[in-house]
Amino acid sequence: MKRRTLLATAALGLIALGGTAEAQMEKVKACFVYVGPIGDGGWTFQHHEGLKQVQAEFGDKVETAYQESVPEGADAERVLTQMALSGCNIIFTTSFGYMDATNAVAAKFPDVKFEHATGFKRDHPNVSTYNARFYEGRAVQGTIAGRMTKTNKIGYIASFPIPEVVMGINSYFIHAKKVNPNVELSVVWAYTWFDPAKEADAAKALIDQGVDVIASHTDSTAPLAEAAKTNGAVIGFGQASDMAEYKPSPRVSSIIDNWGPYYVKRVGALLDGTYEQADAWEGIAGGEVLIGEITDAIPAEVKAEAEALRDAIAAGTYHPYTGPLKKQDGSDWLAEGQTAPDGDLLGMNFYVEGITGDIPK
Amino acid sequence: MELFGINPAILVASLMVAAVPILLAAIGELVVEKAGVLNLGVEGMMIMGAISGFITAVHTGSPALGFLGGALGAMALSLVFALLTQVFLANQVATGLALTLFGLGFSSLMGQGYNGIKPPRTPSLPFGPLEQIPFFGRVLFSHDWVVYASVAIVAAVWAVLRYSRAGLILRAVGESHDAAHALGYKVVRIRVLAILFGAAMAGMGGAYISLVRVPQWTDGITAGAGWIALAIVVFASWKPWRVLVGAWLFGGITVLQLNLQAAGSRIPVEYLSMSPYLITILVLVIMSSGRGRAGLNAPASLGQNFHASR
Repeated sequence: MKRRTLLATAALGLIALGGTAEAQMEKVKACFVYVGPIGDGGWTFQHHEGLKQVQAEFGDKVETAYQESVPEGADAERVLTQMALSGCNIIFTTSFGYMDATNAVAAKFPDVKFEHATGFKRDHPNVSTYNARFYEGRAVQGTIAGRMTKTNKIGYIASFPIPEVVMGINSYFIHAKKVNPNVELSVVWAYTWFDPAKEADAAKALIDQGVDVIASHTDSTAPLAEAAKTNGAVIGFGQASDMAEYKPSPRVSSIIDNWGPYYVKRVGALLDGTYEQADAWEGIAGGEVLIGEITDAIPAEVKAEAEALRDAIAAGTYHPYTGPLKKQDGSDWLAEGQTAPDGDLLGMNFYVEGITGDIPK
Repeated sequence: MELFGINPAILVASLMVAAVPILLAAIGELVVEKAGVLNLGVEGMMIMGAISGFITAVHTGSPALGFLGGALGAMALSLVFALLTQVFLANQVATGLALTLFGLGFSSLMGQGYNGIKPPRTPSLPFGPLEQIPFFGRVLFSHDWVVYASVAIVAAVWAVLRYSRAGLILRAVGESHDAAHALGYKVVRIRVLAILFGAAMAGMGGAYISLVRVPQWTDGITAGAGWIALAIVVFASWKPWRVLVGAWLFGGITVLQLNLQAAGSRIPVEYLSMSPYLITILVLVIMSSGRGRAGLNAPASLGQNFHASR
C-alpha cells in the first residue's frame, strides 16, 4: 500500500514535470512596449487597442502592463529587462527599432516570451516576430492617389529607411503609376516615428512643391492636419489608425492596423499551453490590415476601383508585387506574372523603376 | 527665382513660422538665466502651454485667448519650480528635469478627450496690397500675429536688458546675487518674476505648436522643442538677437532639409540634419577661444540658489 502510494505520487510528479514544458498557465502577465504615446492617434494607439482587446477577452486571467514613449536603442533594453524582472510572461515590443534590444534581453530571460513587431530577427527560441502586410493597403492608397492627383505629383512622408517603409513606398508608387503613367513621387524622410511638428513641416514642404496627395508613414495625425489647411486641395490617408476625425476630406481612406486578434491569439495560446515560436505576417485577408472607409470626397468609380483592388488582394487573386517589375537602376526584378517572394520584401532596400532620388543609407 | 528647385521666398516664410515655438521658449529662458536661474523645465512648460492653450481655445473659440491660456498654464506649472528652488532652495537642475517629466505626464492627463478635436484657426494678418510685393510680400506679410509678436518680444527683451533700469537690476541679480542683495534688491522676488516670464513665453511657444503649426492635440506634441530652446540660449551666448538667429537657423535647417527632399535634391539628408549641431559646436569653440570675454558670457550666479542668511 505504502509502495503504491509512493508510485502514485511519483507518477503524479512526473505528469506535473512533463506538464511544465507546455504548461497551462493560470494567469498571464502581458506587457507592451510602445514607441510613442497612446494618444498619438495612430500606431501606438492601435497597439493599445489590441491590449484592451486582450484584457476584455481574458478578464481576470490576464494582467496587462505597458510603457509609452520608450526610445529605440539602449533605453529599450533597460525597460525590457525591468518588465521581465517584474513578472511579465509575454512582452510585445511594438516597433522595428527594438529588434536588437528584444533579442538581447530574450537571451537573458529564456522563460519569458518575446514578441517583436515588424522585425525579422528570432535569435532565441523565445522570440517570435509578427507583422502585417501594410504594402497591400498602400496598393489601394496608390490607386486612389494616381486617380485623384491633379498636379501629377504625389508625396510620401517616410520615417526611417527600413524595408518596411521602402515596401510601402514602392507599392504606393507602382499602383499610382499603373492608373496614371505621368505621376511623380516625392519622398521626404522625416527620420522620426513621432514628431507632430516635423511631420506637419514635411507635409507643408510637399504641398509647397505642388504635391496634392500625401501618404504618411509616421505615427501622428499632423500631416492630415496640415492638409486640412488647404481647404480640400490636398488629400491624404489615415495611417495605422482610421483617423476618422479628418473625414471626409482630407482623409479619404486609411490603413488600419488591427493587432487585437493576434494579441488575443498569442496570449490565449500561452494560457492554454499551445504557445509556439512564430513568424506571423498577415494582411488584408487575415484581417490584420483593414482599409478604412473610402469617403465620398472621391468619385464613385475611383472608389469602386480601389475597393475591387482591396477585394482582389483579400481573395488572394492579386499580389501587389506582380511582375514585370524593374528596380530603379533598370535591372530586372520580377518577370512577367511572377510575384515577389516574402524574403525579397522583408529585405527590400531598393526603389522600383520610376522613383527618383535615393534611399538614405 | 529658384534654388535647387525651391522658391526661397516660400522657404524663408516657412522657416520663420517653424522657428516661432523655439524662439519664444528660448527668449523666455534667456531672461530666466539672465536672472541667474537655470530652469531645465522648458519642455514641460511648453507642453503645458500647448494643452492649456488648446483647451482654452477650443472652449472659448478664440485663438488669442488660447495663447493667453497657454501662457497662464505654463506659469502655473513654473510656480512649482519657483517655490521649490527659490523658497525651499532645491537643486535647480534636478527640479527643472522633474518639471519636464511632470509637465509631460500632466499634459497627457489634461489632454484626455481632446484628441481629434480641431482648434479655431489663427488666420494670417491681412496686409492688403503689401502681400502682393514680389518676394517680400510672401516673406514679410503673410504670417499670423504670433510671428510678428515673437520678433517684437525679442526686440523688447533686448531693449529692456540693455537700456532700462529693470534690466540692469535683473542682470545684477544674475551676476552676483549677494551684491544685488546688499544693494537692497529683492533677489528672490525678481527671480520668481523672471521665472514667470520665462514660463509665459514657453507656454505661448507650446500653444503655437498645438494651435497653429500642428492644429491639434497629441500627447508629447512638443517632441523635444524645449531642449532645442535651451541649447539656443547657450548658442546665443545669452544675447537676445543671437537667440533670433539661432532659432531661425535651427528652424531653417529643419525646413530646408525637408524642402530639399520634397524638391528631389541630391544633397544627402544626413549632412543637413547634423549641420545645426556642427554650427553650434563651431560657435562655442570660437566664442570660448576669444580672450577678453568672460567665459561664454554666462551669468556668474547661474544655477546657484540664494538665501539672505548666507
